[in-house]
Amino acid sequence: MAKYLLLKHYRGAPASVNDVPMDQWTPEEIAAHAQYMDDFAARLEKSGEYVEGRALTPEGTFVRYDGEGRPPVTDGPFAETKDLIAGWMVIDVDSYERALELAAELSAAPGAGGKPVQEWLEVRPFMAEHCTTTE
Amino acid sequence: MDEALLRSLTPSVLAVLVRRGADFAAAEDAVQEALVEAVRRWPDDPPRDAKGWLVTVAWRKFVDATRADAARRRREGRVEEEPAPGPAPSVDDTLQLYFLCAHPSLTPSSAVALTLRAVGGLTTRQIAEAYLVPEATMAQRISRAKRTVSGVRFDRPGDVATVLRVLYLVFNEGYSGDIDLAAEAIRLTRQLAAAIDHPEVAGLLALMLLHHARRAARTAPDGSLVPLAEQDRGRWDTKAIGEGIDILQKALARDRLGEYQAQAAIAALHADAPTTAETDWAQIVEWYDELAALVDSPVVLLNRAVAIGEAHGPRAGLAALAELNDSLPRHTAVAAYLHERDGDLEKAAALYAEAAHKSSNLPERAHLTRQAARLNAGRRA
Repeated sequence: MAKYLLLKHYRGAPASVNDVPMDQWTPEEIAAHAQYMDDFAARLEKSGEYVEGRALTPEGTFVRYDGEGRPPVTDGPFAETKDLIAGWMVIDVDSYERALELAAELSAAPGAGGKPVQEWLEVRPFMAEHCTTTE
Repeated sequence: MDEALLRSLTPSVLAVLVRRGADFAAAEDAVQEALVEAVRRWPDDPPRDAKGWLVTVAWRKFVDATRADAARRRREGRVEEEPAPGPAPSVDDTLQLYFLCAHPSLTPSSAVALTLRAVGGLTTRQIAEAYLVPEATMAQRISRAKRTVSGVRFDRPGDVATVLRVLYLVFNEGYSGDIDLAAEAIRLTRQLAAAIDHPEVAGLLALMLLHHARRAARTAPDGSLVPLAEQDRGRWDTKAIGEGIDILQKALARDRLGEYQAQAAIAALHADAPTTAETDWAQIVEWYDELAALVDSPVVLLNRAVAIGEAHGPRAGLAALAELNDSLPRHTAVAAYLHERDGDLEKAAALYAEAAHKSSNLPERAHLTRQAARLNAGRRA
């Protein structure tokens, strides 16, 4: 009964095993990949473990406050070296082992040649927001 | 309309349907629908016999659903409109529902969800909000749980310990959304204590009451954590403390000690003390020794080290801590506290900062960071 964030990267994670860029895949392979993702989310909803999932565009910018009455300062686009998040899924599971198992399943989505991409996903536990009774 | 009263009827109404031969999953759905209808209709048209009304409406929902189901499958419905009276439901039925919903074949999160719905009478939406997951996810979790226990015989006695674990999990979840899960856990444990005479059930109820009594004092107005030593004891709920101690004493008198009674005894000693300094730490250490003999838990040993530090001085506490694996969660936080008590503020500050970094709990991390900041500021001054 803990929530985990599964993070998918455009950049910044170690290279996938089946590391062919998506624009080199066949349309059927892309469709199969998208279908796998949808099925995965549907399966998690059925098992009562799904919380949410979203994808992000690669564009982004850094923003900061620049003092009273001044417009925010922006700095972008991101440098090529910056770690870049592509999307996430939040799951609610009974154990850390289960979180790893599901992340591995997500990483097995098919890519070029119909073979699993074996992409590296980041698994991050949520902080608990309330205190247990131990004092 | 008293929603708590309505929900307290849930398990007995569900038990009537199951006794009449309805399968558990369908009966549970029917009772939920009846509860929803009661919330809608009772304010204008309150029934004379609340439970009778619920049984009648739930049974009708069950019959309708089964008929519709049968028609869909082009099968002959076997359900009779007027059921045989069947054996009168008793408190034992309520107990059987607790056992079923905490069945060992369920994962902890499924057992919790099923208990809150089938025994607690909460809606799927309320449970989903309390656990911060989508309603569809919670609905699936509950229906899977129901399928998992569908083959379990309703009249077979279960293990009280599994039920207590589930209730304690609910209690520790605290509260988010508009459902106070700690209060709900107390209500369900109280109901269980009425259905079965068992010292550990009483022990858990006492433990919950004693912890709950201190809840208002445990959080500052800004939401930050207030440690036991700094709590305004005037804000403790003395009525709940009195009730908890009373229940605990009756349980202990039966001389069948268990982990919840031992934990409640420790909580009672804290609740009884006018200040931290006047706490009977020697007796708390003895209770931790009892508890450590009952359960194999590193958390118990960490708390025991703190108690030894209070009873026999920080050096003794550090010696007890040194015997434990330093990779345990909260080990560093305990070390920081004991070093501070021992006067080594520099080391304590560094350990508090390290403990904050390791913490996986938001209020706890904020608390530890403030401790480190407090010591660092003091050393600069």
